Amino acid sequence: MYTTHVTLSDMSIQRTGAQIIWECLGREGVRTVFGYPGGAILPAYDAMLDFPIRHVLVRHEQGASHMADGYARASGEVGVAIATSGPGATNLVTGIATAQMDSSPIVCITGQVPGKLIGYDAFQETDICGITLPITKHNYLVTRVEDITPAIKEAFHLAKSGRPGPVLVDITKDAQQASMEWEWDDRPVKMRGYRPTGVALKSELQAAADLIRASRKPVILAGQGVMQSGAMKELRAFAELVDVPVALTLLGLGGFPASHPLSIGMMGMHGESWVNHAIQEADLLLAFGMRFDDRVTGNTKTYGVNAKKIHIDIDPSELNKNIPADVAIVGDLRDTLRDLLDILEPAKHRQWLKYIASMKGDTAVRDIQALPDNGHLYAAHVINDIWRITEGKAIVVTDVGQHQMWEAQYYKHETPRSLITSGGLGTMGFALPAAIGAKMARPDTEVWAIVGDGGFQMTQAELCTAAQENVKVNVAIINNGFLGMVRQWQEFFYERRYAATPLRSPDFVKLADAHGLLGLRVDKRSDVSAIVQRARDAEGTVVVDFRVEQEDSVYPMVPAGADLHAMIRRPEPSVLVETAEDSM
Amino acid sequence: MHHTLVALVEDKPGVLNRVANLFRRRAFNIESLTVGRTAEPGVSRMTVVIDSDQVSAHRVTAYLYKLVNVLQVEDLDGVPSVARDLALVKVAVAGHDRANLLRVVDETRAHIVDTGEQTMTLEITGEPPHVDAVIARLAPLGIIEMVRTGQVAMRRGDTAFSAVMHT
Repeated sequence: MYTTHVTLSDMSIQRTGAQIIWECLGREGVRTVFGYPGGAILPAYDAMLDFPIRHVLVRHEQGASHMADGYARASGEVGVAIATSGPGATNLVTGIATAQMDSSPIVCITGQVPGKLIGYDAFQETDICGITLPITKHNYLVTRVEDITPAIKEAFHLAKSGRPGPVLVDITKDAQQASMEWEWDDRPVKMRGYRPTGVALKSELQAAADLIRASRKPVILAGQGVMQSGAMKELRAFAELVDVPVALTLLGLGGFPASHPLSIGMMGMHGESWVNHAIQEADLLLAFGMRFDDRVTGNTKTYGVNAKKIHIDIDPSELNKNIPADVAIVGDLRDTLRDLLDILEPAKHRQWLKYIASMKGDTAVRDIQALPDNGHLYAAHVINDIWRITEGKAIVVTDVGQHQMWEAQYYKHETPRSLITSGGLGTMGFALPAAIGAKMARPDTEVWAIVGDGGFQMTQAELCTAAQENVKVNVAIINNGFLGMVRQWQEFFYERRYAATPLRSPDFVKLADAHGLLGLRVDKRSDVSAIVQRARDAEGTVVVDFRVEQEDSVYPMVPAGADLHAMIRRPEPSVLVETAEDSM
Repeated sequence: MHHTLVALVEDKPGVLNRVANLFRRRAFNIESLTVGRTAEPGVSRMTVVIDSDQVSAHRVTAYLYKLVNVLQVEDLDGVPSVARDLALVKVAVAGHDRANLLRVVDETRAHIVDTGEQTMTLEITGEPPHVDAVIARLAPLGIIEMVRTGQVAMRRGDTAFSAVMHT
């Protein structure tokens, strides 16, 4: 289908700007792009047919930027989205902001009105560089054909190096149409003002080692930087050498195996209670590739007050931003951990680990998994069953809300890049398109989108993209008839005044059917396993509508801005069973 | 507290916008921002005076470095430096104030750069507090119009601040 009339050539040859775009993308290793055509990008689309590129036609450009993001997070490669000027470009914005907050490497290419019309409010003109300035790592307005190659080369270099992020290249229609003698320049990109990495100083490493040696109650706080720097092995070696428990951020899940004895679980607003308590009681916090987001710290004034802090991050602006560090090291995490491993001596923290383990017991009795089957289906059951049946080996892409937190609690991630979720921006509508992108990046891996009934309806049009592209994604809709997380906040903090949170949905089974896809429904706990298995076995994308308990809440919960140890806990099981029966 | 930051930036379209946007987005208050050429082609120099404490100034420096077009940043806080501000002030020249005005000009080393029938335009150059003081003395005489460049600054001594190539 994708015939090649023009081959990637090394000779100097006459090329249009439109052809140069694809020449450059091909040489950057791009084989799949997500996009939507339109007037100002038409020359590029016309040229595309002559290049070995798979183009995925989305139903809305937001889908393209999320798919590129999902592709990037699943593979570690740069994801590419392409759109036309004006509304095409502005529709990318939510996906770009999502990628920026979670440091995901994507390159967005947009068409722009011809250079001579810029500034004249031409049809479908918008200042997309101005709009995306605060939500991109960098962006380019290209008005001359000669500038296309350097802009795209720099865009890829910027997107994937240092702290990754989105880069937008806006190319005028006349630059796409113009021609030039073209030759690929494969020298590495050099940019005067761009220094993507730092190197740790010996004195900093020694200061860190001294703090580690003196510590009796250390905790590692591992973030997404572990995966982005590829430091999984080094983190494990480090934790084992000095016998330190590892707590993970939401985006850090998968960076350290959940089954490892030193893994204590997720921290923060919906983190495990023993993890948050351990952080508050620790005498040393080792922050590795994480940024002390407010969802992680709660009240910063009372956060880890007993602890010294060692903070390692590739981005100097993250150090001493939210939480002051005693030792702040700018550097690539893998390199820095290797340097530290060279100078550290083995240590043991048996008492401390035993103490943390003892705090887990209190939580086990409250765990919803431990409750007898009372006929109600809880989201936690669904997610836990999906984890069990997929043996924890699937890539799970979540949306944002209660189901996202339950996923983080009940799907145990063993491997990096197996959880893809919008953490920083909290973008509803992310799951389905990002899951399609993830599946394109890793076609041999099972992909589940776990999504609420609210978020699913934001981007459900991409079901048709999945159908057209014949991509298999298993979609688990955690359907509770509410915008669940907002409802939970209304329950806890707004006297159960459910303003605009009850939510009607279409018949998701029929919706799937309308796309020629399999739709299934589950409302009993006992049916979950069989239906999950049926979804896995079916060809093509499958939508499963899980009708779960309507007014369940995510526990524990640190209210926004509260002290990290001041968690709202799930009521004792006896209370819970009663409440469930009351609401029948 | 005022902080003076000096940034060498690439002279490319939109760079001023990127820098100004950074201050807006991160909610820092700009007291003044000046930009002009340097001796090196393609490199501009910005002097930014912000109202912030030391921690925030560190953050601003780190954020400035994240901008791809920013080559070099120097925080002049606590560094011996020369700072200058320039003001043009058009004042009313009513009959009985003239002598008073000329005395102020004489005492403050202001320059008369233009005279009209009803007004006189003065140039005042110096450290920002000096410019403030002169303006305060002129105010009772009736300021018709005023413009200030904002502060420019440079480190004292032999150490030069230049955009060295980083790889």
